[in-house]
Amino acid sequence: MNRAGERLVNGIIKENPTFVLTLGMCPTLAVTTSAINGLGMGLTTMVVLALSNVFISLLRHVIPDKVRIPAFIVIIASFVTVAQLLLQGFIPFLYDALGIYIPLIVVNCIILGRAEAYAYKNPVIPSLFDGIGMGLGFSVALTCIGAVRELLGAGEIFGIHVMPESYVPVSIFIMAPGAFFVLAMLTAIQNKVKISGERKGKDMSKIQSGCSSDCMNCEDAGCAHRLYDDRADSRAAQKRKVQEITIEEIKEEDDNG
Amino acid sequence: MSDFMKVSSNPHIRSKTGTSGIMLCVVIALLPAAGFGIYNFGAGALVTILVTVASAVLTEYLFEKICKKKVTIGDYSAVVTGLLLALNLPVSAPWWIGVVGSVFAILVVKMLFGGLGQNFMNPALGARCFLLISFTSIMTNFDCDAYTGATPLANLKSGADVNILDMVIGRTAGTIGETSMIAIVIGACFLILMGVIDLRIPGSYIVSFVIFISIFGGHGLDWAYISAHLAGGGLMLGAFFMATDYVTRPITKNGQYLFGILLGVLTGIFRLFGPSAEGVSYAIILGNLLVPLIEKITLPKAFGKGGEKA
Repeated sequence: MNRAGERLVNGIIKENPTFVLTLGMCPTLAVTTSAINGLGMGLTTMVVLALSNVFISLLRHVIPDKVRIPAFIVIIASFVTVAQLLLQGFIPFLYDALGIYIPLIVVNCIILGRAEAYAYKNPVIPSLFDGIGMGLGFSVALTCIGAVRELLGAGEIFGIHVMPESYVPVSIFIMAPGAFFVLAMLTAIQNKVKISGERKGKDMSKIQSGCSSDCMNCEDAGCAHRLYDDRADSRAAQKRKVQEITIEEIKEEDDNG
Repeated sequence: MSDFMKVSSNPHIRSKTGTSGIMLCVVIALLPAAGFGIYNFGAGALVTILVTVASAVLTEYLFEKICKKKVTIGDYSAVVTGLLLALNLPVSAPWWIGVVGSVFAILVVKMLFGGLGQNFMNPALGARCFLLISFTSIMTNFDCDAYTGATPLANLKSGADVNILDMVIGRTAGTIGETSMIAIVIGACFLILMGVIDLRIPGSYIVSFVIFISIFGGHGLDWAYISAHLAGGGLMLGAFFMATDYVTRPITKNGQYLFGILLGVLTGIFRLFGPSAEGVSYAIILGNLLVPLIEKITLPKAFGKGGEKA
C-alpha cells in the first residue's frame, strides 16, 4: 500500500497535473468560472480517470501496442458517456454549467497521458491510486482557480457572498483572460513554495514523471519530445519484455506479501 | 592622431540622450493635454492624474525593492505610463480605478515580463483595456459636472449632430486627456521637433484610417464626417503617444508604415462595425501583438544578400 500512498502524493502535489505538468488546460481555463464548477469538473474527471486507469491496466497485456491509442480512447469514452448520463440525471445544474466540456473529457490529455505513461505499464492497484491521485490533484487545482476567480470576479465563494458590500467585482476574472491571470499566479506561488522547500533541503523532486529525459532508453514511443531514433522501437520492445518480467516479479512479491 | 586612428567596434555614432531624457520629453509633451483636461474637467482630473502617476511609480519601486532588483523609477517610464493611463480615464472614475490600473500596467504588463523594454504591449493601454473589460460601467460613464450625455463619437455613431469646433478645442465629454485635439497636436509637434518620434507611424495610421472610413463609413469623402472621426475619441492621443511607444512598435522603417496602416484599418473596423464607438486602444494592443511578425517580414536584407532567389 506504500506505493499507493506515493501515487496519491505524487498526483496531488509533486506532479500536480495542472500546476506542474500543465496538462488539461482546456477545461482548466474554460470551466473554472466558479469554485463549484471547478470542483464538479475535477471530480468528474477523477472518476473517469481512475476507472479508465484500472481498465487499461487490466487490459494492458491484451491491447496490441500499435493500436493502443484507439483502444484507450474507446475505454475512456465509455466511462465519459456513463459520467455524462449520471450527471445529467442527478446533478442537472452542474451538467448545464459544464456543458460541452463533459464530453470533451474524452480528449483530456491528463487521462490519455496517465493511460500512456502509467496505467499501460503498471499493475492495477497502483494505477487506480495514480488515477485517484492525479484526479484529486486536478480537482484541487480547478477548485482553487475557480475559488480565486469567483472571489475576485463576483465577490463570492461557492455562491456565498464573502466580500464587503463596497467591493466592486473585477468582472474580467470570470471571463477568459482572468483564467490565465489566476492560473499564472497560482503556478508562480506553487513554484515559489517548491523552490524555498528545496532550499531548506526537502525532497521536492518528482517521483516518477514518465520521462527521465533519457530518450535513448525511453519506451514511450508516443512522446512528443522524443528525439528521433530508428533503433528506439526495437530497443523499447526489448525493454518492455524486461519490464513485463519485473512486473510479474512484483506481482509475485505482492502475492507473497 | 593616435585617438583618431583608434579602432573600436560599433556603434560609432553615440548620443547623449538616454531613456530618462526621452521619457521626460514625453511627459512634457503630454502636459498640454493634461493641463487642458484639468481646465476642462476641474480639480477631479488633477486628483486622478496625481493618484495614477504616484501609484504607477510606487508600484515599480516596491516591486523592484521586494525582488531586490535595481530601482529604475529614475527613467520616468513609470511616470509616462501613469500619466497616459490617467489621460485615458474618465474624470468620474473613483480614485481606486487609477490605482488598480497602474498596478496592473506596471506589475502585470511591464515588470512581470522583465521591465522596460521587455513588455510586449503598451502598459497604459493594457491597463485601460483591463479596466474597460472589468469595470465597463465606470469606464464608460462620461458624466461629470461640466458635461452630461454621450461622447461625440457615440453621437456620431448614432447619427446625431456633433460640433466639430468643440471637438477640436476639446470642450466635449470624454476621457481626461483625449478631448482636445489642439493640445495633443501641440505636444506631438514638440516630440517631433525634439526628434523623439517621427511621422511614420502616426502619419500612416491617420492616412489609412481616413481612407478606410471614407470607403466604408457610408459618407464618402465628407470632410465634416472625417474630421469629426479624427478629432473625436482617442485617435490623436493613440496615434502620437501610444502607437509610437519605442518598446512596442516595429523597429524597421517599412514595418512602421505597415504597423500604422494596420492600426488605421483596425481602428476603422472597430469604430464602424464594432459594438462600441471607440476602438483605438484595442487596435493598438492588437497591433502590438503583431509587431514580432511585422518585424520578421520587413527585416531588411544585408548588403549583398538575396541577389538570387534560391
